[in-house]
Amino acid sequence: MPEIKVTPLGAGQDVGRSCILVSIGGKNIMLDCGMHMGYNDDRRFPDFSYVTQNGRLTDFLDCVIISHFHLDHCGALPYMSEMVGYDGPIYMTHPTKAICPILLEDFRKITVDKKGETNFFTSQMIKDCMKKVVPLNLHQTVQVDDELEIKAYYAGHVLGAAMVHIKVGSESVVYTGDYNMTPDRHLGAAWIDKCRPDILISESTYATTIRDSKRCRERDFLKKVHESIERGGKVLIPVFALGRAQELCILLETFWERMNLKAPIYFSTGLTEKANHYYKLFITWTNQKIRKTFVQRNMFEFKHIKAFDRSYADNPGPMVVFATPGMLHAGQSLQIFKKWAGNEKNMVIMPGYCVQGTIGHKILNGQRKLEMEGRATLDVKLQVEYMSFSAHADAKGIMQLIRMAEPRNMLLVHGEAAKMEFLKGKIEQEFSIDCYMPANGETATVKTNPSVPVDMSVNLLKREMALGGPLPDPKRPRSMHGTLIMKESSLKLVSSEQALKELGLNEHQLRFTCRVALQDPYSDSETLHRVYTHLKSLLKGYTIQHLPDGTVMVESIVIKVSSSAEDANAKILLLSWSYQDEDLGSFLSSVLKKGLPSGLPKM
Amino acid sequence: MKLYCLSGHPTLPCNVLKFKSTTIMLDCGLDTTSVLNFLPLPLVHSPRLSKLPGWISKDGTINLEKELKECAGRVFVDSQPEFCLPEKELLDLSTIDVILISNYHCMMALPYITEHTGFTGTVYATEPTLQIGRLLMEEVVNFMERVPKAQSATSWKNKDMQRMLPGPLKDAVDVWTWKRCYGMQEVNSALSRVQLVGYSQKVELFGAVQVSPLSSGYSLGSSNWIIQSHHEKVAYVSGSSLLTTHPQPMDQSSLKNSDVLILTGLTQMPTANPDGMLGEFCSNLAMTIRAGGNVLVPCYSSGVIYDLLECLYQFIDSANLGTTPFYFISPVANSSLEFSQIFAEWLCHNKQSKVYLPEPPFPHAELIQTNKLKHYPSIHGDFSSDFRQPCVVFTGHPSLRFGDVVHFMELWGKSGLNTIIFTEPDFSYLDALAPYQPLAMKCVYCPIDTRLNFHQVAKLLKEVQPLHVVCPEQYTQPPMTQSHRSDLMLELQPPPMPYRRCSVLNLPFRRRYERVYILPELAQSLVPTEVKPGVSIATVSAVLHSKDNKHTLQSVPKPPPVPPTKKRKRVMEEPPVAPKPLLSGAVPLEAFLATLQKHGITEVKVEETAEGHILHLQAEDTLIQLEEDGTHIVCDNNEPLRTTLRDLVLRFLQKL
Repeated sequence: MPEIKVTPLGAGQDVGRSCILVSIGGKNIMLDCGMHMGYNDDRRFPDFSYVTQNGRLTDFLDCVIISHFHLDHCGALPYMSEMVGYDGPIYMTHPTKAICPILLEDFRKITVDKKGETNFFTSQMIKDCMKKVVPLNLHQTVQVDDELEIKAYYAGHVLGAAMVHIKVGSESVVYTGDYNMTPDRHLGAAWIDKCRPDILISESTYATTIRDSKRCRERDFLKKVHESIERGGKVLIPVFALGRAQELCILLETFWERMNLKAPIYFSTGLTEKANHYYKLFITWTNQKIRKTFVQRNMFEFKHIKAFDRSYADNPGPMVVFATPGMLHAGQSLQIFKKWAGNEKNMVIMPGYCVQGTIGHKILNGQRKLEMEGRATLDVKLQVEYMSFSAHADAKGIMQLIRMAEPRNMLLVHGEAAKMEFLKGKIEQEFSIDCYMPANGETATVKTNPSVPVDMSVNLLKREMALGGPLPDPKRPRSMHGTLIMKESSLKLVSSEQALKELGLNEHQLRFTCRVALQDPYSDSETLHRVYTHLKSLLKGYTIQHLPDGTVMVESIVIKVSSSAEDANAKILLLSWSYQDEDLGSFLSSVLKKGLPSGLPKM
Repeated sequence: MKLYCLSGHPTLPCNVLKFKSTTIMLDCGLDTTSVLNFLPLPLVHSPRLSKLPGWISKDGTINLEKELKECAGRVFVDSQPEFCLPEKELLDLSTIDVILISNYHCMMALPYITEHTGFTGTVYATEPTLQIGRLLMEEVVNFMERVPKAQSATSWKNKDMQRMLPGPLKDAVDVWTWKRCYGMQEVNSALSRVQLVGYSQKVELFGAVQVSPLSSGYSLGSSNWIIQSHHEKVAYVSGSSLLTTHPQPMDQSSLKNSDVLILTGLTQMPTANPDGMLGEFCSNLAMTIRAGGNVLVPCYSSGVIYDLLECLYQFIDSANLGTTPFYFISPVANSSLEFSQIFAEWLCHNKQSKVYLPEPPFPHAELIQTNKLKHYPSIHGDFSSDFRQPCVVFTGHPSLRFGDVVHFMELWGKSGLNTIIFTEPDFSYLDALAPYQPLAMKCVYCPIDTRLNFHQVAKLLKEVQPLHVVCPEQYTQPPMTQSHRSDLMLELQPPPMPYRRCSVLNLPFRRRYERVYILPELAQSLVPTEVKPGVSIATVSAVLHSKDNKHTLQSVPKPPPVPPTKKRKRVMEEPPVAPKPLLSGAVPLEAFLATLQKHGITEVKVEETAEGHILHLQAEDTLIQLEEDGTHIVCDNNEPLRTTLRDLVLRFLQKL
């Protein structure tokens, strides 16, 4: 029986390093190719030796699909394609294709130039890798080869984020990447049609959370920023350059405008301007409101938010700084954090999820003393606030997506094991479908039971539909009969007569003739009529005819009467039928052998 | 399968395809050439136009001086311009299930079809087609509503009257069905029915048909359509281009192997080379400016104008036009320029890669930024204070009957220094200019039509090999003005099926197969037998379920056990569950005899006949007649023997 296999190389009962292998209908697909922010060693990248011990991956993979530009979903891509070796197609949406190389280059610079690591991918490798990218449009059905087709759906999460529907024959899998079921200030909500995949592979970052309304969270966020500014504190908001940053910028921009605030807002890194430009050019990927009004007022042109310079961090007085990266694991956000951590007036707001091992994760867990490089320790005195602004679906959202897509099986990735376990229980209970949560390197196998597509002759189909009437009768199902012709890869269902014709075969007639002797003191024609009347009363719903040429026909069975020369009362009934009437013919002969009941009229 | 042709205009088609119980409208083109019969709508009072004499027939019997005005030897209708709608009487528009739009020029009749007709279906279009189509509709509505005309001329449409009028009014067709422009409310309502689709997206219609738009290379978001079921394929080609302009290149390979290809929207200027025209456009423009004159370019607000601006962007400095102001005046000018920059997915590769940098894909962003190109919603307001001459003005409408262009015609027409350059191919420039005659301004005709020419389409058809081609009748003969140019027509084998307005074509199609699905349980129960090398057969008995035009076959459920109290009679009323299959093959004599022997039947007398053999089973007094295509068993009073013989014979035969 056909089956689909799913093996996470990363993001199995874990967040970070998303990389999931899917085998479906003889095709192998890699979904995402991310890196882990929490590690600096081999564990940073997925273990591609699972696919093949030596040699290139090209022969083992039919395609690679990247769901969005976050590094935990695409950070290992140049390593995989250029250093391990993969030359097949890599699919991603236009915005992802635009932004992903910039983030990769940024990441490379931090790793190689700042940390001095060697044996890492180069700028040229990023470029070569991007040459293998085939852009994907929303809802476009892309034929990877004759059998494998993929289709992207809007996922919300970040600009250009997509969910993908992967289909081979009548088997299919949906991979959500990261998604968001509620529209936010700059992006719309994820959407998918009722595609009934065999497996829905969903992220489950917020598997156990049901978040309060977005508005409350926004109000909370603004209140905290405002209070801190009022008492002269500095607010650090570690973000990734693209995504949440733009949403929070829009939020602060409108708030500053409304409250007429003067404290400066800065955005670190030179990427800002550029990042906002991407949003302007890919405005069709933002939410409806922004799209509708972009001609009059482009939401990504900010008045209050200015570029940050390193020296500003020591300026006196309140300020708000957006700095990258978002998990405080390196770069400018970490530098500013170190500077400001000692003052309790200051505040750091973590607007997104932090993976284990990062400083972001540590301070969110209440750690107040941090070990820094070179055995130094850092006392964390500033206020630490966590605001769940990262745009992942919460438990409610995940359930909503299941309702939308109606999968036959569910598979959770990109979440923590304990939380997944809880959600798995809920899903199995509410939808009565199996839910899998394989760990990294573990394979989940799902048996599929596909229907077999065949080409049925229109004549046969129309005949059946006309006979069957508009509604099937459950008590008396009508069965249709035909012949299935299997030739090479084609399957044709035709009527038996047509099958004979198409195959150039002659029909072979099998007939039976049976003589039944009985005593009946009447003339031959009278006996025949008695037979007719007898059968007529016995068989309801059959065509029985008494023909003028001296035969009785029951359907196509012929009955004749003759009498022997010696005894006029000794009648011989001659029954003749074809194999197609075998049941009826055999039944009639046994009925007639019992003789005719008396009481029958002779004419 | 039938095709109803509601428009006779080859580039503004409107056809309805009935295919497998679905009714699909292909495009919704609005023939606007009818407006050429009307007087222009001036933005500011025009003493010239208001003083035109009314028309009275020569013998004085017909007086239509209120409705018809004479101008430069022609007669024009003095009323709000009216459009020639697609035919509405040929079929009931409320029965249309879906409308497929191929490009934004071919959807202008949409409100007439979807509103007030009982239409309840869905319209499918790409996002750029919807957004730019909306802008073009908004623009026309705005042009019309800005200068309302109280009067509506109807008397001239009277058949008896029209007959007496001078040409071309006399020959105008279906004038009774001509309609005024719709309003914004109708536009919004019509467009609210649009469902967006992406290229190569497969859209299922009622489970019966699948439609899919393909890039056609003509304009932003323009598409050809594939309409197919599992076994039949119709390709609808409308407004396609193989030239490298701004849109994504045409997808040709997906058009392959169609049973019918409906071909519309070929170039209207088969003899004009677009590149040459573009060069002429630039040189005439530069010449006029250098001589101190103004240039007027009547154009649509989207489409070729992007290419013109791009061409000028490269040309301005080399031609020393750096200080010349370029104005783009339209109520939707700003929107059109902005929208053009956000559809990266729909652009050619070159433009797409700019977005990755990130830079705006069209250079007109830079022209605007450097103040070389300015756009205004109309001549009123800011424009009047910024206006400097000599200058270049892009404005609509290309028919010269309404919009801001009318004002510039009145303003600049009297001076021989100025030039009007026609770039849009939709209107005859002589007809467009007629109500402005006599004119002193220079006229240059550089129609730029990037759609397929006859040479390209012949090559395309050779490539994609459709079984049949359907096209407007205009394409089956050379153009009237160039009747000797047999290269300006379609010559195909088999010849294309021509259509005209109001034609109903029976498309040559025979549906022979339909896709059905055998459920796994049934599939596993089938027993295939090989009848020829590589060919196997299996008899299938199944229950057919048809729902939403999807058919599935599943196993026949086992009948519930009959309660023992029921009489046999009752059982016989049930129809037999499975009828016996047909048989094929022959029973070989020797093998059959051997089999009989194995079953203890040894006394067999074989008699040869003309057709085969007769076997006499002497002990059992039974006859078996074996022939090439038949076997006859004559057996009395021994039912067990008969069934044994039957089964032995069946062993040698194939069951179908």
